[in-house]
Amino acid sequence: MDWVFLSELAINGVLTGLLYSLFAIGLVLIYKASSVPNLAQGGLTMVGAYVVLALARDVGLPLWLAIPLAAVVMFGLGFGIERVALRRLAGRPVVMILMLTLGLDIFLRGTTLAIWGGTSRSMELGVSYDPLFLGDIFISRIHLVGAGVALALFVAFMLFFRTRTGIKLRAIADDYMASWSVGISVERGVGLSWALASVVAVAAGVIWGEIQGVDQALSLLLLKGLTVAVLGGLDSILGAVIAGIILGVVENVGADFLDPLVGGGSRELIVAAVLILTVMIRPHGLFGRHDIERV
Amino acid sequence: MFYRLSGVHHANYVSDSRIFKVPADRNLTAFIFLIGLAAPFIIPSLYLNSYMLPWLIWTAAALGLNLVTGWAGQLHLGYAAVMAVGAYSSIHAARFGVPWEFALIIGGLTSSVIGSLFAFAALRVKGLYLALTTLAMQFVMDWVLTHSPAISGGSHASLQSPTLALLGQEITTDTGFYYVAFGWCVLVTIFMLNLKRTGLGRALVAVREKDFAAAILGVNSFYYKILAFATSSFIAGVSGALLVATFFFLAAPEQFSVAVSIQVLAMVIVGGLGSIIGSYFGVALILLVPGIVNGLVVTLSDGLGMQIDVETLAHIPNAVYGALIVIILLIEPLGLGKLYGNIRDYLMVWPFDQFKK
Repeated sequence: MDWVFLSELAINGVLTGLLYSLFAIGLVLIYKASSVPNLAQGGLTMVGAYVVLALARDVGLPLWLAIPLAAVVMFGLGFGIERVALRRLAGRPVVMILMLTLGLDIFLRGTTLAIWGGTSRSMELGVSYDPLFLGDIFISRIHLVGAGVALALFVAFMLFFRTRTGIKLRAIADDYMASWSVGISVERGVGLSWALASVVAVAAGVIWGEIQGVDQALSLLLLKGLTVAVLGGLDSILGAVIAGIILGVVENVGADFLDPLVGGGSRELIVAAVLILTVMIRPHGLFGRHDIERV
Repeated sequence: MFYRLSGVHHANYVSDSRIFKVPADRNLTAFIFLIGLAAPFIIPSLYLNSYMLPWLIWTAAALGLNLVTGWAGQLHLGYAAVMAVGAYSSIHAARFGVPWEFALIIGGLTSSVIGSLFAFAALRVKGLYLALTTLAMQFVMDWVLTHSPAISGGSHASLQSPTLALLGQEITTDTGFYYVAFGWCVLVTIFMLNLKRTGLGRALVAVREKDFAAAILGVNSFYYKILAFATSSFIAGVSGALLVATFFFLAAPEQFSVAVSIQVLAMVIVGGLGSIIGSYFGVALILLVPGIVNGLVVTLSDGLGMQIDVETLAHIPNAVYGALIVIILLIEPLGLGKLYGNIRDYLMVWPFDQFKK
């Protein structure tokens, strides 16, 4: 057993996992506020990355300005999506809401590609591609940056949930009827959660766009993001971060063991297996609320 | 007026549980059936083959999903994987030399067995979590399919379908393919129409409405859930096999990917959960309208002298497809079947405007 290699796999797994968390935080924010599983988060992430690129390339803004501007645009888009689509289906069976978010995902992807084309573009954040060596362990710089962003967002949301608005959101997540009756605007709170999730999507889109190029593949993060969100418990941000780390390590180390056995490409299999096992064994995840109805 | 109710009195249970309680429904269905029979002589072969045929087979498939999602209320996001199982096993059987009639049944039965695996997830969780589990199972099936050359047919991952032959007749013409698809779709439709009149259908609905209430009434919800998954998987398997045998002629894993699962679910939900006529509308809308809109865009841009990027054109159908799902769900969450029902109810008493059920 090569311990250096194994720890390299584990550390890179942690970093990749935090990047999954970055994506999953968006899912958790929306689920927490409105119990809506947002399957359009992949599409939103893609739109986020393309908006940044559009502002940077087509308008010609520097990236440090384009990213916050894109966040503002996406904030509005998220708010708008909730206002136009999700609010009208509130209270409907989950199958319709799932389908609506799937439809949104397809629509967002189709529209983005129709406007900007399907060829992969690069983000060019300016993070060096030189590997970083920690002793004998090889670490990719962009993964490190992304993990930092994920942790920063986690801390930011932890602080945000202590502000007045954040407390309102927590109240809505806890019991929206009760929040309604004490005068909290549930609609605005849910809208805000969509807007915040869209801003998270910009962060995820920028980091993942730098890693794998800005193209349709960004929306494929959805399965991994969902797995992380479910493993962490769909309504816990802390859960999303910890589950991200777990999934990243399991995937990275597991793929190394499994790939020679099955001839490569076992990452997707591991992710799907983790999702199935989580739902079968512990549907409320690591830190989720225990209100899931068993059959 | 159009759906005349006068003179229609149900005096006993047998007459009350007929498929068509209103004669106009029966006449309309018979008329559409005749049009379906005559379609090869009315519709040009190009449209017959590229629109009617996939429409009918997808409708059969969507009806199968409607059985498990609309009737039994179990979310299923891995339907395409089940179709793939049927398609691959019957084509392998046919290539092995098994007559097509049996190959199709083998495909359906294999699908039933594999599809019942999905039911075991349904026994434990439901709603969103069931959807996520079936989605993950779809990914697992996809992975198995693409990573086992023995199933998917060598390095190119494509499997040629042998010539379809039913009842000793080789089927090679467009008309022949159309009638096979038409026959299968009619068969599934008749099954589904009768389903709601049987104890099985009522048990499924009871499970959908509240599974433990159903259990208290003596409906074994475990048994009926597995039965629902097995039956719908059988329909999926045969539909998948027919789709490859009459339309694609070549089986490839991407014909049964996650996107296809989502597409079938979209057809069912846009059509209306538990609505048979709705499934026909839903499939037509999801399958045909994006292409039509794209054609319109091309014609319009040519007419206006605008030049539209090829890449843009390639992605417009997708955007339209997504938009259609969202718009229909916002207009009528119960789907096109409900819209049709509203019109029918209105016409039943037209020119008066009250209809008491």
